[in-house]
Amino acid sequence: MKFAIVVFPGSNCDHDTYHAVKHVLGEEAQFLWHKETSLAGADVVILPGGFSHGDYLRTGAIARFSPVMAAVTRFAAAGGPVLGICNGFQILLECGLLPGAMLRNRDLKFHCEWVGLRVERTDTPFTGLAATGQVLRLPIAHGEGNYYAPPETIAGLEEQGRVIFRYVSAAGEATDLANPNGSLENIAGICSEARNVVGLMPHPERACETAVGSSDGLVMFESVVRALADRGEFQGSERLVRHA
Amino acid sequence: MKARVFVTLKPSVFDPQGNTIAQALQSLGYGSVAEVRQGKYFELDLNVSTAGEARQVASEVAERVLANPVIESFRIEDL
Repeated sequence: MKFAIVVFPGSNCDHDTYHAVKHVLGEEAQFLWHKETSLAGADVVILPGGFSHGDYLRTGAIARFSPVMAAVTRFAAAGGPVLGICNGFQILLECGLLPGAMLRNRDLKFHCEWVGLRVERTDTPFTGLAATGQVLRLPIAHGEGNYYAPPETIAGLEEQGRVIFRYVSAAGEATDLANPNGSLENIAGICSEARNVVGLMPHPERACETAVGSSDGLVMFESVVRALADRGEFQGSERLVRHA
Repeated sequence: MKARVFVTLKPSVFDPQGNTIAQALQSLGYGSVAEVRQGKYFELDLNVSTAGEARQVASEVAERVLANPVIESFRIEDL
């Protein structure tokens, strides 16, 4: 299975993502420069974290006009799984593949810390192997992760079960204290209406091995491998065969 | 021909930066400062011949790029 990792000028989690996919997950990974106009036969597309175009104007605001984004949009419209992590999530918001926008963190500080993340829904390609209510321990590193959307949009997301992750305490409660940035309803990640596009602020790719403090992020990558295998679009990876 | 574009957060959107600036001003003794809303200002130099065209291009780029309609609104002034 082939993962395309889009590289924008200023991406800085592209190599972490490559490592997680290639060396931990054991799948094929390929960097894709943002000037490319095709996805080179990718099965999964990841928009990694970083500071694309220096976060000039707004986070993700310039990256959305990169040539590769037209291909990503077509891929998403055809049902292809797309994951936006941190800056990748911000790009997905700016290009309209996901609703809402990011504001500066409510305390104006850049937060680089571990958070509790509750899995709200498992019916996306990136959460299928997780359990509903499971609390993942993942790192965040952002200055603009304060998720905002108008009340009617938030209500729609809740109603359609499109809030995929919430910031929670160790006990799994979505308290204000557990909310690192002021996001409405403790929202840390959401999905598209068709559920194949997922964006989140925390970094699963930085938590795929216990040696770095947590391997809780790996389930997101394993989930998409399984989701595609179940869809019959893929013969099954070595890793899943090993697990079977 | 030049055009000015002012981009500001919508009134319903919390502005943590403006809030912090307001608190700083108040602690400096400017008790009359009740609220601050921070925004962005763009000056566009346009190769067009009429103010109408300038306004047209400015409002198009403001809507597509300079402002995010989810959280921001914009205002255009001819220069």
